[in-house]
Amino acid sequence: MKKLWLPLGFIGLLVLLGVGLTLNPRQVPSPLIGKAAPPFELPRLDQPAKTFTQKEMLGDVWVLNVWASWCPPCLAEHPVVTELAKSVPVVGLNYKDAREDALPWLARNGNPYQLTVYDGNGRIAIDYGVYGVPETYVIDRKGVIRYKHIGPLTPEDAQKKVVPLVKELRGG
Amino acid sequence: MARSLALFLLFILPSSAAWAASDLDKRTAALAEELRCLVCQNQTLAESNAPLAVDLRKEMREQLAKGASEREVREFMVARYGDFVLYKPPFKASTAALWLGPFALLLAGAVLLVRRVRRRRDAEPALSAADHERAAKLLE
Repeated sequence: MKKLWLPLGFIGLLVLLGVGLTLNPRQVPSPLIGKAAPPFELPRLDQPAKTFTQKEMLGDVWVLNVWASWCPPCLAEHPVVTELAKSVPVVGLNYKDAREDALPWLARNGNPYQLTVYDGNGRIAIDYGVYGVPETYVIDRKGVIRYKHIGPLTPEDAQKKVVPLVKELRGG
Repeated sequence: MARSLALFLLFILPSSAAWAASDLDKRTAALAEELRCLVCQNQTLAESNAPLAVDLRKEMREQLAKGASEREVREFMVARYGDFVLYKPPFKASTAALWLGPFALLLAGAVLLVRRVRRRRDAEPALSAADHERAAKLLE
């Protein structure tokens, strides 16, 4: 019986470390879930003279998608965002980009966004705790963040998490 | 008088401004030392050159310059990125295993060691006087 302790402890440690390996260290739980979406008033990407604030989306369930033309994973998830935008309004937040790069990027790859705001110095993205573009937030009718996805959305992420959550939030 | 005033303006004022700036830099650096960069997760914000780390150092410096305390800046960071940004996370239910785990393992190791040493000592064969004599002869 006593002899069992050591191998048991070792196996326990192996299981612990093994589980650790399957977790993604980049997926840090956001403290913003369940909190009001940080307020912003930013110029639009396409019309710098016009501003947009998150308040305009109150009453709607919507998705905020942080992207940049210099970010290859953003291009990778773009078809998924395009598909998603057919069922829920998606607002883009163009992160630390140049307008002369971002606008042709949209022209080239299609523009699924209801509109995109321009966060040239990334200050608003700091308020949203952005650290790995692309990032995607689901925000409810009252303006509360309900879900955050870090990194490119896969079709599974969109179908299994975002779409059902949007449905649920709309129903409630 | 005018000359000393000119001297004052020339040397003392700029150097005190520079001193204030370097003090601000020091405080920013000290704070950045204890915060994790989320882009390069095993580096502190002070070490990392990721663009986000540069932005966050700038943001922290601006807040300190506006009179925010270290504690307020730390809270600003935690509100956005969670306890994960702190190299010294606070002790609470979700971090208990993190703080106590190493001590629990150390204690378990100590208990195992003590038990093993005791068992070995108990198992040591008792030597008779004749055995001692024989051993002494062999060692001569």
